Amino acid sequence: MTAAGVVGVLVQLAVVVGGAPLLVGLMRQVRAVLEGRAGAGIGQPWRDLRKLLKKEAIRPEGTSWVFTSGPLVLFASTLVIAAVAPFVSTASPLDGVADLFAMVSLLLLGTVALTLAGLDTGTAFGGMGSSREVTIAALAEPTILLAGFALSARVGSSNLADIVAGTLAAPAQVLSPATLLAAVAFAVVVIAEAGRLPVDNPATHLELTMIHEAMILEYAGRDLAVVELASAMRLTVLLGLSVNLFVPWGVATSSAPLALLGATAVFALKVGLLGAVLATFEVFIAKWRLFRVPELLAGSFLFGLLAVSASFFLA
Amino acid sequence: MSVLGKIIRTGRVAEPALPVPPVAGAAGAAGVRPAAPGPLAGSVQLRHIDAGSCNGCELEIGSAFGPVYDAERYGLRLVASPRHADALLVTGPVTRNMADPLRAVFDATPNPKRVVAVGDCAMNCGVFAGGHGVEGAVGDIVPVDVEIPGCPPTPEALIAALRGLTGR
Repeated sequence: MTAAGVVGVLVQLAVVVGGAPLLVGLMRQVRAVLEGRAGAGIGQPWRDLRKLLKKEAIRPEGTSWVFTSGPLVLFASTLVIAAVAPFVSTASPLDGVADLFAMVSLLLLGTVALTLAGLDTGTAFGGMGSSREVTIAALAEPTILLAGFALSARVGSSNLADIVAGTLAAPAQVLSPATLLAAVAFAVVVIAEAGRLPVDNPATHLELTMIHEAMILEYAGRDLAVVELASAMRLTVLLGLSVNLFVPWGVATSSAPLALLGATAVFALKVGLLGAVLATFEVFIAKWRLFRVPELLAGSFLFGLLAVSASFFLA
Repeated sequence: MSVLGKIIRTGRVAEPALPVPPVAGAAGAAGVRPAAPGPLAGSVQLRHIDAGSCNGCELEIGSAFGPVYDAERYGLRLVASPRHADALLVTGPVTRNMADPLRAVFDATPNPKRVVAVGDCAMNCGVFAGGHGVEGAVGDIVPVDVEIPGCPPTPEALIAALRGLTGR
């Protein structure tokens, strides 16, 4: 582990942790402008976090360590992904850990920690949100794996850094049927996992339509700040994985300072652009009925299956 | 793509932002604590509680958070849970059935917190004063920090008072 490599990991962590609330702010601002509003500015999520950290963290009577540890597990698991995934450089010293299966398991670990915390509160809405979240996670996680398989088949490795480096070495592969099908499958899953429209409305006030929000209704103060930051990081990580798996140009292949600097700027630009596109897309659609969401996810699973088949038969 | 056409034709409907109002606690009633921004500077999440209102104030609150007045640009936001809230937006005279829920919501809100009494009814029961189902004004049940007079208060008055909380 070289000093330059460690710097690369730290830069990537700083970009994801510091940039995640800005990404959420950017997406809200894009939405506000399209709705004819002025908007709170892209710094608002950071102001919210700063204030929440100063507030008292009320823990409801009767909750156990499951409730207390939920936000920490969610934050820690997302932080590991943020450190390990090939966002800025494919030459990071932690790339050996950046396995597809490990990433999906870490995503699932955070989801499960929060759903158990939602159940632990014993409230009707917490349990309802948890049950919905698990339904969606159970349908979405296999699709992430399948889409990943389709990409890993051509490089013969399930390591994310190898996949990104493979695409960089052979750019024409991005337009292959397997990659395009996997991109469609992955996009739907990212929307579902990040809790965006049409699967879940992040701005809703109606408890009956909530999924993610319903699980965190009982968190306050510091605990809520950790959940909010972790959710923003999760969105950043999912968008970052999608841009780097399908449009990897700009990722540094060494740990030279200048390469890292350029790669960081390109990564922030790509994720910001994708976030703005996603926010624009959300203006045009409404939340779907909950029972239509499995149809959407089954469709994306089919795309994933076709992508895997195509990567074996057409490659 | 009729929505796209609508977005392009309509453009921005939000009115220009007004200058920052003078320091809050403007209500100035006796025994009211001044609500200086302090720890809540720049960001105040509001939980709205209808303690028995006629829904006139609710219409104005809805309007204040609509695109034209756009209260969100000052760092205000309505949230779904008192645990997430920094300030309670209480409307209406407190009816007997809502007195206990209001106390419970106040206890469920993490410190530091503020209570905003919206409208004449919340301040002094308004036309409902002395009604058999009315327990009292909001100030009789929970400590009030900011009062916004009016029946109903205009969105401008609401936003001016709430900006005193965020200091933006």
